[in-house]
Amino acid sequence: MFVARSIAADHKDLIHDVSYDFHGRRMATCSSDQSIKVWDRGDNGEWTCTASWKTHSGSVWRVTWAHPEFGQVLASCSFDRTAIVWEEIVGESNDKQRGQSHWIKRTTLVDSRTSVTDVKFAPKHMGLMLTTCSADGVVRIYEAPDVMNLSQWSLQHEISSKLSCSCISWNPSSSRAHAPMIAVGSDDSNVTYGGKVQIYEYNEVTRKYAKAETLMTVTDAVHDIAFAPNLGRSFHVLAIATKDVRIFKLVPLRKDNSSSAPTKFEVQVLAQFDSHNSQVWRVSWNITSTLLASSGDDGCVRLWKANYMDNWKCTGVLKGNGSPVSGQPGALSGFLGSATAHSALNGCTHLVPHSVFLCMVFKSE
Amino acid sequence: MKNEPLPESLDCQDICPGNDIMSKLIPGAGFHQKHLGFEWGPGDLLVYETNYKLQGPRSASSPSVHVVRRDEDICSPILRKLFNESHLIFVGLQKIKEDVPSKNKKSQFVSISKNYRSVIRACMEELQQNAVSTQEGSLASQYGDQVSILLAIELIWNLCEVLFIDAAPAGSLLLHLLDWVRLHKSDVDTRAREVLQSDSPAQHQSYWDVVISLVLQGRTDEARQVLSKQASLRAESSSVFKRMDVLLQNMPIFNPAGTQTLTEFDVKWRHWHEECDRCLQDNTFASNRHLETICKILVGDEDTLLEQRELLSTWYHFLVTRLLFTHPTIKPPDLHYYAQSSMNMFLGPRASPEPLDIILLSAFEFDLHQVIKDCSIALNNWWFVAHLTDLLDHCKLLQSHNLHFGSNLREFLVLEYASGLFTHHSLWQLAVDYFDHCPEFGRVYLELQIERVPLDTERKAIKVLRICEDRQMSEQVRSICKIMAKRALRNNRLGSALSWSIRAKDAAFATLISERFLQDYSNKGFFTDLDLLDNLGPAMLLSDRLTFLGKYREFHRLYGEKRFSEAARLLLSLMTAKIAPRSLWMTLLTDALPLLEQKEVIFSVDQTYELMSCLEELNLGTKDSNQTDQDEDIESTKTELLRLALARNLAMAIVKEGTIET
Repeated sequence: MFVARSIAADHKDLIHDVSYDFHGRRMATCSSDQSIKVWDRGDNGEWTCTASWKTHSGSVWRVTWAHPEFGQVLASCSFDRTAIVWEEIVGESNDKQRGQSHWIKRTTLVDSRTSVTDVKFAPKHMGLMLTTCSADGVVRIYEAPDVMNLSQWSLQHEISSKLSCSCISWNPSSSRAHAPMIAVGSDDSNVTYGGKVQIYEYNEVTRKYAKAETLMTVTDAVHDIAFAPNLGRSFHVLAIATKDVRIFKLVPLRKDNSSSAPTKFEVQVLAQFDSHNSQVWRVSWNITSTLLASSGDDGCVRLWKANYMDNWKCTGVLKGNGSPVSGQPGALSGFLGSATAHSALNGCTHLVPHSVFLCMVFKSE
Repeated sequence: MKNEPLPESLDCQDICPGNDIMSKLIPGAGFHQKHLGFEWGPGDLLVYETNYKLQGPRSASSPSVHVVRRDEDICSPILRKLFNESHLIFVGLQKIKEDVPSKNKKSQFVSISKNYRSVIRACMEELQQNAVSTQEGSLASQYGDQVSILLAIELIWNLCEVLFIDAAPAGSLLLHLLDWVRLHKSDVDTRAREVLQSDSPAQHQSYWDVVISLVLQGRTDEARQVLSKQASLRAESSSVFKRMDVLLQNMPIFNPAGTQTLTEFDVKWRHWHEECDRCLQDNTFASNRHLETICKILVGDEDTLLEQRELLSTWYHFLVTRLLFTHPTIKPPDLHYYAQSSMNMFLGPRASPEPLDIILLSAFEFDLHQVIKDCSIALNNWWFVAHLTDLLDHCKLLQSHNLHFGSNLREFLVLEYASGLFTHHSLWQLAVDYFDHCPEFGRVYLELQIERVPLDTERKAIKVLRICEDRQMSEQVRSICKIMAKRALRNNRLGSALSWSIRAKDAAFATLISERFLQDYSNKGFFTDLDLLDNLGPAMLLSDRLTFLGKYREFHRLYGEKRFSEAARLLLSLMTAKIAPRSLWMTLLTDALPLLEQKEVIFSVDQTYELMSCLEELNLGTKDSNQTDQDEDIESTKTELLRLALARNLAMAIVKEGTIET
């Protein structure tokens, strides 16, 4: 691994979220400076900021892209108790010449009475649906019935989880065997309140979301949650960022078809890592879910991988370093003995002008 | 094992061998308050400084986002050739399965293995040339590193080929191992040439090194040739040289193609070995220490062999030389004993073996899984393990190691390699074939990866689309078409948007675009994208509005071709068959005006009545309260004009029809 390039984000305050679009050609950044920036990657790999605008009247926690089938659409959520849907419009020609694009506010979702902590689009097979969760413990599911008109969103479901919500994740499975399912994490740190991860499932009969499972073993605050791509399997895999990284396997138990009760699951812990030492803040899967990344209080991003025997191991660590370092690129090295291996581990190619420099250990198995 | 949580403590011990390395690498890092945020991309990871606790001082400095790439090899233009050419070999190998009877397969597998190795060699040579020719120091050392990795890869591959794929029996085994050592210790040839081409080879400082090196590799004929240079110079000791020449000449070499049995060879070899031993006992070569050394090598004296450490340079060379002069009929199962002891003897008790040594040792122990596992750990590149494992699997050499979801080691490695290829802007096309040959998860991986390929141009989109269509990935096909349609519409390219939504079979979107076409028509008075509209064919039936658009355009075409009565009939049927939306009836009726005004009668009496009833129906139904006075004026003027024209036409039609009847 190596740092290919560094982009000066030019936000006036902390960046809270960076989000790639579906094809990895664009990214959006959001910050405590209340703005969102959109970046486009040129053919030469350079990133340029093509839009930057003030979005909310508070810190912007998360920004996320809709599937490109729905156009160029972003959603953001903020401390200002709102979530907003943005759409890029093809601007006037002089805008294009300046390499700038135009994002307009399509709707502001104001149902929450507290900070909106996460915003996610539902899997595209469900249509254009947006989900928010907020500190008051409510998960809201909105739908745009007409995908050509993004200014109309109707609140379809309100799920009250009773605990302050910090994160949501949709099960991406589009299999007919799996009902729409959403996992909700709570950052309430009171362990006596019980399980901090709740799983809700859509019921075709009642047309409502009902709680299918609470992960009772997760009693500490949960900061992030992520379903893995399903890969056509019968079970689901869920990663959780709490005081450690945990990977759960949810195996649906057979239920008789007539019952309208939600699916019950056999819950197994696939792996549990406390090498971040303290709180873990983010977890996320790569496209094929062969790698899980996590970020924690140790200031590191760690990469986790299951080998062909289903043993989970740390395969990489990224860490900030105060001083810029230069070194050899070394992906192929690290083979002919420990001396080479050590220099290879110091695999940094470029001198990075800014404060964070990343050094990493990488092994693959 | 799969159902139990892994013991926590074990995990942490196990997973972080890097811990002490890291603290060495980063002196006083000190960003304990700071966190690193991240975001997965298709081929990279974005990393940025942040603070999840939202307490403490905010940094005033402007934060950066770092793009961290995982696999830089993918980007190397030279390795690209390796990826491309090995892809062809891989695809060829997958085809063997079906159409060759199993007994002929072995030779095919060996030749495929050789093909892979020659691709590695070609790549290595190119890297070597680049390393020499480049001006930039860091680039040269980068090339140099890659060469040494490829060298090691080829070394391991070649050994696996000898031991596993060719699986030579006793006798031939040693010959293959000798070839292996010769190939990877080729500097002997360079030095021999250097010596022989010098003015007085016998005086050359490397003379004896060359002779001994040749003997160590069992190249007795060449050794004799070089020795003869010395013999001719030293008349006084020519008998000793002559004696050595005979010894070397008589050294039996097993001929697998010959009629000689292994036992016969063994007897002959023992006889020769005793003769060498006798020479040593007789002090035949006492007068020349070099010849004495050679003779000791010939009897396989281990101390003497170890003294040639410099010339042997590796323990595995030592192993093969040792076997050549002590156990030329070594059987495969006995190899591991000699390998282990040779390594220990050669490296000495203090030196710890390096990863490459361990891998080769595992190979000599015929522990295939260990070889693959250690290679995966030592190499940060899946090319080698994926291709080697695939080949070994085809040779039926892997017992299947099940993943928890039923895939095997081969598939695991091939999937990893192919996923890596997918991060490259053009190599991803190779990956498709690799996924195709992963029966368990190949398809799902391909589905997940291919929809992420950026659809920069229509051409690229069509390329991606074709791959999906060939594999009946209907959801991906639909999604790609939908994305393209949406994008075209955004950029106001209606024709492209329409053809993509037809491909996506997206009726709702096709309706929407048809509306836009009609809107465009009523604004501009002409149609765009005639090519598309005139050739809709059965695709027209995707949505009612699209059907109307197609038919309406057909009307215009007929009119343009002056086929008035056909045009008139079509126009009328659009309204009477309710294909045209009510909102467009006025436009359609207005379109009828010029036909009504023609000199000859086009609309028959019945047709005119029908037109009239359409007009009245329209006027009854649409009293739009939103219309402005001005709009209303225009509408009523239009209606009046139409009524007039219709009445006139009716009159003419009655006259005409009456005339014909009589």
